[in-house]
Amino acid sequence: MYERWPHTVKKRIVWAASTFGLGILLLAIVLGDTRSVNASPLPTAGVRALPAFARKYGMPCSSCHEVWPKLSPFGQSFKDNGYQMMNDRDAPIFQQPAYWPVTFRITPIWHRESTNKIAVDNPAGPVGNQMEAQVTTHGFDWTGLDFHTAGTLAKNISFYVLPSSDNTGAFHFESVWARFDNLLGSSWLNVKVGKFELDNLLSEKRILTLSTNGGLYQNYHFQPIGENTGIFRFGLGDNQDGVEVMGHSKDDRTRYSVSLLSSNDGQPGLPSSRGYNTFVTASRAFQAGSFGVQRVGAFGYFGQAPTYFQYNQTAVTVVGQDINGNNVTSTATNPVLGTGVGNKGFYRVGFIGMWYVKKLDVTTMYFHGSDSAFLGTNTPANSPTGLPIGAQAPTWNGGLFETHYNLNPQLVLFNRYELIRMSQQAFGPNSANPSPSNLGNIDALTFGYRYYPFISSRAGFAFHNEFAVVRQRGVSPVNSLDVTGSSLLVGFDFAF
Amino acid sequence: MLTTKLAKFCLSIAAVLTIPAFSNAQQMESHIGNLNGHSDAGKQLYFRYCWGCHGFRGDGDGENGPYLNILPRNFVAATFKCRSTPTGNLPTDEDLYNSLVRGLNNSNMPSWIALSSQQRADLVAFIKTFSPRWKNEKASDTIAVPAETPVTVESIKHGQELFQKLECWKCHGQEGRGDGPSAATLTDSNDQPIRPYNFTAGSRFKCGATNQDLYKIFMTGLDGTPMPSFADVIKPNDAWDLVHFLRTLQVAHNSPELTLWKSTKEGAEQVASKTVHGTPTGSGIK
Repeated sequence: MYERWPHTVKKRIVWAASTFGLGILLLAIVLGDTRSVNASPLPTAGVRALPAFARKYGMPCSSCHEVWPKLSPFGQSFKDNGYQMMNDRDAPIFQQPAYWPVTFRITPIWHRESTNKIAVDNPAGPVGNQMEAQVTTHGFDWTGLDFHTAGTLAKNISFYVLPSSDNTGAFHFESVWARFDNLLGSSWLNVKVGKFELDNLLSEKRILTLSTNGGLYQNYHFQPIGENTGIFRFGLGDNQDGVEVMGHSKDDRTRYSVSLLSSNDGQPGLPSSRGYNTFVTASRAFQAGSFGVQRVGAFGYFGQAPTYFQYNQTAVTVVGQDINGNNVTSTATNPVLGTGVGNKGFYRVGFIGMWYVKKLDVTTMYFHGSDSAFLGTNTPANSPTGLPIGAQAPTWNGGLFETHYNLNPQLVLFNRYELIRMSQQAFGPNSANPSPSNLGNIDALTFGYRYYPFISSRAGFAFHNEFAVVRQRGVSPVNSLDVTGSSLLVGFDFAF
Repeated sequence: MLTTKLAKFCLSIAAVLTIPAFSNAQQMESHIGNLNGHSDAGKQLYFRYCWGCHGFRGDGDGENGPYLNILPRNFVAATFKCRSTPTGNLPTDEDLYNSLVRGLNNSNMPSWIALSSQQRADLVAFIKTFSPRWKNEKASDTIAVPAETPVTVESIKHGQELFQKLECWKCHGQEGRGDGPSAATLTDSNDQPIRPYNFTAGSRFKCGATNQDLYKIFMTGLDGTPMPSFADVIKPNDAWDLVHFLRTLQVAHNSPELTLWKSTKEGAEQVASKTVHGTPTGSGIK
């Protein structure tokens, strides 16, 4: 035994490494050297699956999640009841005193990121001359860390606090809210206050994909090329600050929600303006024989965003002294936060369908968005010259087609295709410098699988393998060509 | 040796991938109205939603069983509390279906109303595969629930007399708080301590929330618990009187019976004495 030990260990290491690499190889062989782009960090928005709830109620993850973090109809009902089972045992008084409703989630990964057109210095040219090059990198890494604390403070009073970090450990609050459930004894009246995810049927916080290019819904975050995201940034997938009134039928088949939100895209400290936005959504589920519960819904976000700051603040700071002993100063002019004015409107609307055919489910979404011409062209509303000639409201349409095949509660295959098509550019045909009609158009494809070696009511663990590729038209930094980015990710996603 | 271990590993992976194969292989159906449930489909659902408490073999020995202070139902024993059939008999498919819709209040069993009706019917069919009783025993007739008698003060008072005469108070207490002299000694069929229902704190019963449900509870008994059937002891009209009185014990739940009872001097005093004022607890009931 003693002599054989090193040999056995060696074989096991080889076997484990082979198993680990199998997923990578399968996709790598199929995809070859796919070209890609975005070098942004991995998505860090809190994605949700709470073993704390499983521990509280003694139910396996698969009860509330078709595959975590994606909710099942039962899980959706549990969430809509304010994280309550409604069996008169939801209050903390019924839990053991030692129960602490905390879950953490993080994913060690290996990933490969590639972007086909990155601006780099041209070695053959003068200093400052740039060219485009493909940049590919890969290696071991990890995602951000989420600490979910959620549950009930008392019967019909729920809460959620989610400190979330990026993979450097820099924390922010992804969610902070309290909810008053079943007001007036009715499931049709629930009020939530704080920072929360919009009541999106297709929840980006419960997205199954994790990679840089695939870990978000492109439609939820798209803004036309050229907009100043410093003063106007918005994502339907971003958690927002405000108050939400939500209601549902007892069986959760019919749902609605209306939210009043601060127009700052969920940023703390009211940095942008004093504007308010509105989000409304409604959906209806129905049973289709043995296929399961199907759901259709619609949503609309109607907002306003500032186009300039009312006040600026110039700060003069001493940065040193010259040889004569005189102070050398630096002057910087910054807007006074919260004084954004000259609001102009924007909206996002869409329809969604969630179709179940036994083990296969398909989500379809139509998306339509439009921003004011002022926002699209970065023109202050008080500009003495008004809008540039030929300026128009940038408008676009989008679509999503996402499939999940749940072979069993432990294995899911997923696939998603998204597209975004500009129907009207901010700088139209009559502009002095019109934009190409397809500028900013996006195609995104993601596919992969998640395998859950065990399912329990204590912790969650998934082996995750995913490939994503995104192409955006005309946005390369030097030559305005198409940019393609791809991500290949293998990870161990776990939560406890 | 390595080959053996590798083979074991592969087998375990295959086993995990086919967890539903652990279940009993026999086929069962359920029939609830126009719905026909099939155990094959129910098996998939059971191993998604139910096994954590009820266990792989349906014997209530799931991984969470030891942590629940009302043990999960043992489907192998096939003893069910909520039935429309006489005591000792199997429930109907509809009884099981209704338990899934309703959940069991004050236990860890939630309502599964979010599932489709077909899925619930399939689950019922699969639950029946765990015990041979479903194949060996003939389906029993359901008990008749006659039309409810009018709610009157006399009916309530008569129910109060029956509450004393049938010695309901021994378990449920004179005020219906579940604190009768026998309460502390009661155990269920798993030899686990069980507490009688506290009428003053609840608005729903384990087996329903309506007067008809309450009628059925004491005419069928709750099998597996000390709550017996009174079908052979009281007549239907008397049973309705008892229902009307029991409703007046639910001081936290507005009902026609309570309203009528509070309109009398005697009733108002009794209700006032039962109502607890003060800081609400986490349950939000007291």
